[in-house]
Amino acid sequence: MKNIDTIGHVTGKSVYLDDIPTISGTLHAAIVSSAIAHGRIIRVDFSKAYELNGVIKIITYTDIPGENQIGGIIEDETLLAEHEVHYQGQPIAIVVAQTERIARKATTLVKVEYEELEPVTDPRVAKEKGLLLIPPRTFSMGNPIEALNKCKYIIEDSVEIGGQEHLYIETQGAYAYPVENGYIRIHSSTQGPTAVQKTVARILGIPMHQVEVDVVRLGGGFGGKEDQASGFAAMAALASHITGKPVKLVLSRHDDMRMTGKRHPYSADFRIGLSENLKILAYEATLYQNGGAAADLSPAIMERTLFHSTGSYYIPNTRVTVYSCKTNLPPNTAFRGFGAPQGMFVIESAIAKAAEVIGVNAIEIQKENLLNENDEFQYGQKAENANAKKCFTIASERFDLDNLRKTIEVFNENNSLSKKGLALMPLCFGISFTNTSMNQARALVHIYQDGSVSVSTGAIEMGQGVNTKLAQIVSIVLGIDISRVKIHSTNTTRVANTSPTAASSGADLNGNALRIALAALKKRLINVAAEMLECSHEELNLGNEVVIRNGLPTNLRWCELVKKAHLRRVSLTENGHYATPIIYFDKSKEKGHPFAYHVYGTGIVTVTLDCIRGTYSVDDVYIVHDFGNSINPIIDMSQVEGAVVQGIGWVTLEELSFNEKGRLLSNSLSTYKVPDIHFVPKSIQCIPLPTIGPDMAVLRSKAIGEPPLMYGIAAYFAIQYAIKAFNPEHRLRFHTPLTPEKVLMQLYEGKGEIMGLRVEIENMKSENVKR
Amino acid sequence: MYLVELLQQLMISFILNDRLVTTNVNPGMSLLDFIRYEAGLPGTKIGCREGDCGACTVLIGEKLSERVNYRSVTSCLYPLINAHGNHVVTIEGINLSNSLSPVQQAMADHAATQCGFCTPGFVMSFTGLCMNHETPTIQQAIDAVAGNICRCTGYKSIERAANDIALLMQEKDVTDPIGWLVGKGYLPAYFIDIPDKLDKIEPYSDESENHTLFIAGGTDLMVQQPDNIYEQEINSAFHGKLPQEITINDCTCTIGGATRVNELLTSTELTSKFPQLRQYLMLVSSEPVRNMATIAGNIVNASPIGDLSVILLALNAQITSIYKGKTRLQPLNELFKGYKQLNLEAGEVIQYITFEIPKNNTLFNFEKVSKRKYLDIASVNTAMSIEMQNNTIKKCSISAGGVAPIPLYLHKTSDFLKGKELNAETVSQAVEIMQSEISPISDIRGSAEYKRLLLRQLFFGHLQKLLGKEFELFLNLTR
Repeated sequence: MKNIDTIGHVTGKSVYLDDIPTISGTLHAAIVSSAIAHGRIIRVDFSKAYELNGVIKIITYTDIPGENQIGGIIEDETLLAEHEVHYQGQPIAIVVAQTERIARKATTLVKVEYEELEPVTDPRVAKEKGLLLIPPRTFSMGNPIEALNKCKYIIEDSVEIGGQEHLYIETQGAYAYPVENGYIRIHSSTQGPTAVQKTVARILGIPMHQVEVDVVRLGGGFGGKEDQASGFAAMAALASHITGKPVKLVLSRHDDMRMTGKRHPYSADFRIGLSENLKILAYEATLYQNGGAAADLSPAIMERTLFHSTGSYYIPNTRVTVYSCKTNLPPNTAFRGFGAPQGMFVIESAIAKAAEVIGVNAIEIQKENLLNENDEFQYGQKAENANAKKCFTIASERFDLDNLRKTIEVFNENNSLSKKGLALMPLCFGISFTNTSMNQARALVHIYQDGSVSVSTGAIEMGQGVNTKLAQIVSIVLGIDISRVKIHSTNTTRVANTSPTAASSGADLNGNALRIALAALKKRLINVAAEMLECSHEELNLGNEVVIRNGLPTNLRWCELVKKAHLRRVSLTENGHYATPIIYFDKSKEKGHPFAYHVYGTGIVTVTLDCIRGTYSVDDVYIVHDFGNSINPIIDMSQVEGAVVQGIGWVTLEELSFNEKGRLLSNSLSTYKVPDIHFVPKSIQCIPLPTIGPDMAVLRSKAIGEPPLMYGIAAYFAIQYAIKAFNPEHRLRFHTPLTPEKVLMQLYEGKGEIMGLRVEIENMKSENVKR
Repeated sequence: MYLVELLQQLMISFILNDRLVTTNVNPGMSLLDFIRYEAGLPGTKIGCREGDCGACTVLIGEKLSERVNYRSVTSCLYPLINAHGNHVVTIEGINLSNSLSPVQQAMADHAATQCGFCTPGFVMSFTGLCMNHETPTIQQAIDAVAGNICRCTGYKSIERAANDIALLMQEKDVTDPIGWLVGKGYLPAYFIDIPDKLDKIEPYSDESENHTLFIAGGTDLMVQQPDNIYEQEINSAFHGKLPQEITINDCTCTIGGATRVNELLTSTELTSKFPQLRQYLMLVSSEPVRNMATIAGNIVNASPIGDLSVILLALNAQITSIYKGKTRLQPLNELFKGYKQLNLEAGEVIQYITFEIPKNNTLFNFEKVSKRKYLDIASVNTAMSIEMQNNTIKKCSISAGGVAPIPLYLHKTSDFLKGKELNAETVSQAVEIMQSEISPISDIRGSAEYKRLLLRQLFFGHLQKLLGKEFELFLNLTR
């Protein structure tokens, strides 16, 4: 079935944060932020800003009644800068004014004097200087040094991975207003309402029960609103608390791009060792995570990088270390994949490089090393229901991989100025928050007297369709029509202490909590029905809006049953609590069983390169994906398409550009390009892996949000192979994003003569190049 | 004249969905802000406020003779003053009371919406396509939403919806699209009465001399200085202030300064005589922005990378400007003096652009490479007009953008090529001369060396278009 929000969306009636009708007297806030990436604040002069008619109040850290601290994992981040600034765009003050325009204008009239300090933007430089957000962590298995000695092939290289701007179309924002007696209500565009509640309570110095956070839906999140929405909500709440008025804070696109963190750039070195028959015997890697100016979620992201650093492969001897480096960029944060895409990109680079050196197609190495049942991951868990090889085999057969490769070879032989490339990306992604304690959720269900059902959970709807899946679960368990179900806004007074909707876990955690609540309600209702029908409850079930007895419908309708239950004073409300069983992780040993299950798949991407212009197009994406037993194939397939395109964007055209002073140059949609309708692959074909799905997934339907993003990685390698087909001197490079600029330079490197012309790239370097 | 009448004259009046709106808010307010915060219609979303995401797409209906022509615009860049006398349609204005329109239904059927924030923009762009007087192809249906960014779906589902919509439109009565669409449940019935209602709005007449700013499409000014536009007393280039027509005499094409870029695309006379212009213009921004941006605006913006400037330079276009009642004519290649500096007086306005449409014996080609092919600013763009006689180059004009502080006419290269035989030696020398007359800098659009290499490659691109399959042969011979 389709997303239950569909009609609201296509008619423009769905409500987002900025669409909530404002209360009369609402004020608007805008943020004064640091113009430099690193320095001391000498003086701030608000006098000109205060002269502007309509400015009500300018708030600095000294106005904060509670603690000036918003760090989630590590307490290292202020809401408003005190004496130093650590990134360009770091909030310093909040202007509250009668209109948004006045507030924004006033921010430009605030004069901040700085003493500039040298910024660090490169994670390797940060590591050299000892600037780490947390101590490094290492995952290892076997003895890689010993194993490397036995390898026929040992290959080393370096990798540079770019970040990615979330570019949710709805920018960050919050609307806060006082209710009564110090109680404050906040509408926030957040993936983590509890994080907002906690942060606001801390900033205002009040108990959490004085703070209510409500979220209807987000206009996109992708991880960018998991942690970073809290600061903006806290600013709106602080402004409201101080002025005693409703305050709305919605970021402009430029502010959002400048102030918020992104997917982490990584820099890495790898060493991979293979046997003569292409078995990977050893893998060593050191990764430098560009964390930005504060920890934010970087420690958790670093952890997931480690978990996924061996990709979809069994490697008996490994040692992988990640440094989380502190730089003067906005604190980087969660983004669909959460560090896994970077870890996987490094191992895929290692395999591609090995294949180039050995002289085989990378697919031969990939195929030879895919996970088997019971293979051990370097973190101690064993692969169960390992579908890596199944996905690979079905993809090879159904899409005729040999023929695809042959077709491309023939094309490349027959075309000198256009080349094609193909690459394959096997996927293995662990499902669960790696922080075990976060794997819990609650669901509150009311059945009203008329038989309609109200559901509240901790899940946030941001387009991924979690509300639709929750409604389906109610419909399935209670055997009633989905039109009887209402999924309410996510609200901290109805469901408390929630984990953010993240880690692809929204449907699993909240859906399972909902199932538990529904099971209790169903049991009570069946008992009522058994009394009414004078039979054993074991004979009864619910379905098609009636009570079913021994598989046959009775005359007892759903609504009648509910009415009777109420009259008999049976509770029609239930709260379900779910905590994922089995999982644990021992950080002192870096071993455990952190994931409920893994999602597998195989993606194949083909591209065509215009070798005159250095431009490329993605032709086809072929996928076999392990959905488990999908509860909603329409939604899950849509998630695959969207994730793949986002992944392709990340490795191709989405280029974050910071100058050496830490200033974001790609600070708007005119300079940061995401895929448009013309950019996307000509076709995306996705075949579900036939499987019953694991117990641990809700109704055996596997988590879907993040995993398919990583198929997009294949686009990078496909383009590299196409470059190599044109320029035999080209040696594979691992530096994302692979923009048309990089492609053209790589096409013609060392090839000044290809066109029979003397102009070589070396001659094209102009003097006095300004950056 | 009574004060009330005077005030009314300075007010902006238009029809917003089904009701007449008369307002005295600042004429430089963006239509988007008016729609959301003055009129309280929240279906139109704010994504970027610079015309690059399409979340705020609405339709503008303009009455021309007896009919109202509708086109999509990004309301963030549309100054309210330009709305006067027009019909503004938001998502609320196309919603039907009891059902989805077939456009909305197609989006729903294909699950072409996830978070939904961009969706009203897509629906409006598609609806705008349905309302024009053509039967669209599938490709045109896709092109209609090329200015709309969706971060969730990956667009394949939107393509499938576009496919459905194009098929549905094959039945359209192109002589009376609005009547047909109302009859088929695409639009509410009130659309039928709009032409009459628009007639009742008095023309905007503001003869005041106090204006400090003259705004046309707004597609640059509203990005660069929206607060300034909001505060200034502005006047519009439209409302009959500047010529807005395309006239073709034999092969001489004259375009009025206020002509919008998309009007070049829809001029059947121009596109029949200069057919490849269409594919070039599709590379210029997006449909809703082309529906606002004017030719003169694109030129005076003086961007060193302006696509139209580069095209017009290679066409050896002339511009006619007016200053204090006096007109003058100058070649476009003399207009650009330095970075964002023009050979125009403050207050001097471009009235006409004139050029010769390339004849059959002339090859004209435009090349552009940007990070993303559509709705992006070029790293380098270039145009070449070349007339061959056997294997000798008779005439040649080459221009390039992104390689100098101004859109550059490559005088030396063009002059060098004239009279030369087209062979590897000539090309090799031309490339060297070309490299000597450009001075690209490294910036967000690419490094200087990339731009140098890219211009060489795009020059080869011109030759590839000129020589076709022979180009590869040509390369092999010259190896």
